[in-house]
Amino acid sequence: MNAIVLDKVNKWYGTMHVLRDISLTVATGEKVVVCGPSGSGKSTMIRCINRLETHQEGSIVVDGTELTDDLRSLDTIRREVGMVFQSFNLFPHLTILENCTLAPIWVRKMPKAEAEALAMSYLERVKIPEQAKKYPGQLSGGQQQRVAIARALCMRPKIMLFDEPTSALDPEMIKEVLDTMIGLAQSGMTMVCVTHEMGFARQVADRVVFMDRGEIVESGPPSTLFEAPKTDRLKLFLSQILRGD
Amino acid sequence: MSDRTQPPAGLVGPIPWLRKNLFGSWISTAITLLLIYLIAKIVIALFAWGVVNAIWRVPYNQNGIAQTAICQDAKGLGACWAVIGDKYRLILFGRFPYDEQWRPAIVVVLFVALFVLSTIKAVWRKGIVSPAVRYIALAGAGLILLDNLAGLLETIAAVGFGQHLPLPFDLLAILNTVGKCLLIAGLLLLWPAIGVWVGTLALILVLMFGGILGLAPVAVDYWGGLPITLILATFGLAFAFPIAVLVALGRRSTQLPAVKMLCVVYVELIRGVPLISVLFMASVMFPLFMPPGINVDKLLRAQIAVILFAAAYLAEVVRGGLQALPKGQTEAADAMGLSYWQKTAFIILPQALRLVIPPLVNTFIGFFKDTSLVLIIGLFDLLTMGKIALSDPPWQSFSTEVYITLAAIYIVFCYGMSRYSRGLEQELNKARGR
Amino acid sequence: MSATAADPRVTAARKAPKRRMRVSWSDPRFRALVWQFIILGIVGGIVWYLVFNTNKNLAARHIATGFAFLHRVAGIPIGESMISYEPSVDTYGRALWIGVLNTLKVAGIGMVLATILGTLIGIGRLSGNWLMAKLTGFYVEVMRDIPLLLQLLFWYTALQGLPAPRQAWRVAELMDGATFHLFHETFANWQFGSGMLLSNRGSRIPILNWEPADNWILAAFVVGAIGTFLWNGHANRRQEATGIRPKVWPVAFGLLLVLPLAVWAGFGAPLNFEIPTLRGFNFQGGGTISPEYFALLLGLVLYTAGYIAEIVRSGIQAVAQGQWEAAGALGLRRGAILRHIVLPQALRVVIPPMTSQYLNLTKNSSLAVAIGYQDVVSIANTTLNQTGQAVEGIAVIMAVFLTISLSISLFMNWYNAHIALVGR
Ligand SMILES: Nc1ncnc2c1ncn2[C@@H]1O[C@H](COP(=O)(O)OP(=O)(O)O)[C@@H](O)[C@H]1O
Ligand SMILES: [Mg+2]
Repeated sequence: MNAIVLDKVNKWYGTMHVLRDISLTVATGEKVVVCGPSGSGKSTMIRCINRLETHQEGSIVVDGTELTDDLRSLDTIRREVGMVFQSFNLFPHLTILENCTLAPIWVRKMPKAEAEALAMSYLERVKIPEQAKKYPGQLSGGQQQRVAIARALCMRPKIMLFDEPTSALDPEMIKEVLDTMIGLAQSGMTMVCVTHEMGFARQVADRVVFMDRGEIVESGPPSTLFEAPKTDRLKLFLSQILRGD
Repeated sequence: MSDRTQPPAGLVGPIPWLRKNLFGSWISTAITLLLIYLIAKIVIALFAWGVVNAIWRVPYNQNGIAQTAICQDAKGLGACWAVIGDKYRLILFGRFPYDEQWRPAIVVVLFVALFVLSTIKAVWRKGIVSPAVRYIALAGAGLILLDNLAGLLETIAAVGFGQHLPLPFDLLAILNTVGKCLLIAGLLLLWPAIGVWVGTLALILVLMFGGILGLAPVAVDYWGGLPITLILATFGLAFAFPIAVLVALGRRSTQLPAVKMLCVVYVELIRGVPLISVLFMASVMFPLFMPPGINVDKLLRAQIAVILFAAAYLAEVVRGGLQALPKGQTEAADAMGLSYWQKTAFIILPQALRLVIPPLVNTFIGFFKDTSLVLIIGLFDLLTMGKIALSDPPWQSFSTEVYITLAAIYIVFCYGMSRYSRGLEQELNKARGR
Repeated sequence: MSATAADPRVTAARKAPKRRMRVSWSDPRFRALVWQFIILGIVGGIVWYLVFNTNKNLAARHIATGFAFLHRVAGIPIGESMISYEPSVDTYGRALWIGVLNTLKVAGIGMVLATILGTLIGIGRLSGNWLMAKLTGFYVEVMRDIPLLLQLLFWYTALQGLPAPRQAWRVAELMDGATFHLFHETFANWQFGSGMLLSNRGSRIPILNWEPADNWILAAFVVGAIGTFLWNGHANRRQEATGIRPKVWPVAFGLLLVLPLAVWAGFGAPLNFEIPTLRGFNFQGGGTISPEYFALLLGLVLYTAGYIAEIVRSGIQAVAQGQWEAAGALGLRRGAILRHIVLPQALRVVIPPMTSQYLNLTKNSSLAVAIGYQDVVSIANTTLNQTGQAVEGIAVIMAVFLTISLSISLFMNWYNAHIALVGR
């Protein structure tokens, strides 16, 4: 079954047409990496998938549920899809453990003890169980992002979305977050990941999607796309990325 | 290198400090000398007036009337503090029955204790959230409800059918009191801060009204002085605050434009007019609003006016906090599937309110001072009692002494609160700078 | 990417489609609509209930609603008015208008004086002189911790404690030794200081008798101001064209100060003040400041200055030290840094809170009613007591203050936008 199906999705901000006929299918268990220049609509697309943004034309079906103006479909989607942000967005007034148990308790209606056990198991998986009683402000950026991943996993989502999870990190912390994500990929999670980490894309991505100016310009397995780009736009983009490395 | 860990001797100690801060330049030196001269003159004059030449006690004639002739003679040379000694009970507690004035005295102490407790961080933490505690609070609420329900039925029966119900009202009243205690105890355990506030305010009302626990009942007309000032300001804050939070949320609503409009109009209308016009409204228009035959007590009317007024200002303060929250916080909450009210209660308000404590305290200081305006509509707050004390013929010409005393009371409260808010602000700034 | 080609996202002809609302509880827009109807319904119901009760109560008391009473003859005695008024002849409308003017008179002058005093104290708080900084800090704290109403009552009683007109204090006599000598030497010939009288019936101040010569002096000042303005523009153009800025201040000094003084001297240096003097039990001549107005103005200015001082202080401190250093590193002089770097930034920080202080001062002027200065609140209060038109009386008060608040807000917003452009 397909986890995500985007069919001719269009979105406007005012008169600006930021997503133009986006069609993309992600199979269950598939890992898709989205790349493209800044402002090309990557975040907008990925945020449409869990309806932080609403699309205006076309259809999005996530895990068999179509995203519409229906609050019931919204509730379903938000439970099934986890999201990790560029700026972590941990809740600074709650401890790490409380950050992780909040949604299971209030959205999944899980008993507190069970939620805490679950949270601890995910915190162990991202290798920071000892920080559970601390507050986000006391953790490093890399640790915070790993907590954010654990927090999203605590909802037991079927799909995980990542929006540039390593862009706000210092270089020495990028690896620990990427390792966590690789581990997650190996466990069979369906993942859509906006990132410019080419190494990560090569290692885990089943498919890389290149976006520019609100369109999907090219897509394919990482090796094909990176070694033999077809369009000038992708060539230019790759040259800029590599120069930046 | 150990000898370099200390700054050179010429840079520390009192002499260099003086040279830098008082005599840094010719102008600075001139200013310092001029100011020292002026301060010395004023302090000496005040000391002579307020202490050396002051009169602390006056004789009374056989009718108990103060003989203020010596004060009159000393006028301009020395203060007549005897007026305070004669009138302080009237100023502080108004016309509250003299023998019962220990009650308002305790009330003042309770208010101060409430303020002090509120500054302790542990009080604001979450308490013991366990089902047992929740049931205690719910049981308390249930008992109170039971009594009120019986009262309602009784009223309906009496008014509608002219009959009395055979209910055990004495027992119900006792159960009601027990229920209130249980509710407050439950709240104290669940959310200590809310419990402390509800409990203290309830206790204050009990002490002021009396009528239970063997306390003599005292009508509102006899309340006066400092308790009135404290009640108007504190109850005003306590009731205005929830309204303010709702209004601030409403004003930021994107989904409900009509509600947003309503909140904007309310806030801007209230903030555009002086408090005195709202108080006039409460005193002359409010009776017109009520159905004929219903009389609302003057203090309650003023209290409602203060609440409505305070809510508009507090709403703006709260809105400032809401705006300061990064957008990512709400997005993360949305992405987790929290509902609007869950998101607001668990993510937004706890952070936003923490940010706005300093401006909140400053706004409260403003209300505390502004309650003095009820003088104009004839309520007996601290300032009014001062004026009433001055209307006693023997003391008529000693307003300066009374006003200075009143000012000192206000300064004690306001300065304490503003010190606290500044301390918090610095703490927040430090946390933000980190 | 290739920014040269036209961006299809902007030029694309396709527009966003409009969505229809479904009549279903699970459509958020429908839900929002229902909630709004419910909330507006509740609020509307409450308002309707209050209006219903009010109408019933008014009918029971035989009070006609409406503003017809404004045309009725008012029996309010008014002590101080900027336009002519005769009790029992003029209308309530005119009485209220006088109240509005009195409010504006105290608020307008109060704002100017409070700004001046507040700025001085705010600068004093940043003074390098420790004593000065502490003293001004003490002032701010005390002013902000005592209710304004208490301060007003204090000043009002203090003014009433002044002697009766017969023994009125002369300002000049209040000064001691050396100060008096200096003051006397300077002003005695003009009888200026000795002409300022303080009494419990109000303060008398000398007023200038307007003479033809004064017209010429005024004209000279206006000419000087226009000349300065033109010269400043010329200096700007020269600076743009050649890079060298001609000096402006000597020209400004000459045109604004020396020129009018020269004209004045040319007319024989006339100075004709009308000095108040005591005739019988009261004064003659000069201008009056009533004790009510004086106490209100004094209280408002001293109180508001405490708040303005804090705004000025934080405004100046908000401009980071780095700005001074960066500008200094560019080689700008102190004056240029202040004019082009620091002031524009400080003003932008200062203007919003300053606006709310001006609004507060205006609203606080309504405390006039407590000491008997007849501002609009006081006169409206008397009116509603005499006529029973409570609703209309309070509506008048609110309308007046909302208008003033709105005007001040609009003006300050305009000014803010203006300096935001200049400061960029
Ligand atoms: N809330 C918004 N309002 C208006 N325009 C927006 C908004 N968010 C994003 N945009 C615009 O939409 C385009 C796509 O943005 P985004 O999806 O954030 O790009 P990316 O994540 O690829 O850098 C950009 O041109 C951006 O300026
Ligand atoms: Mg992005």
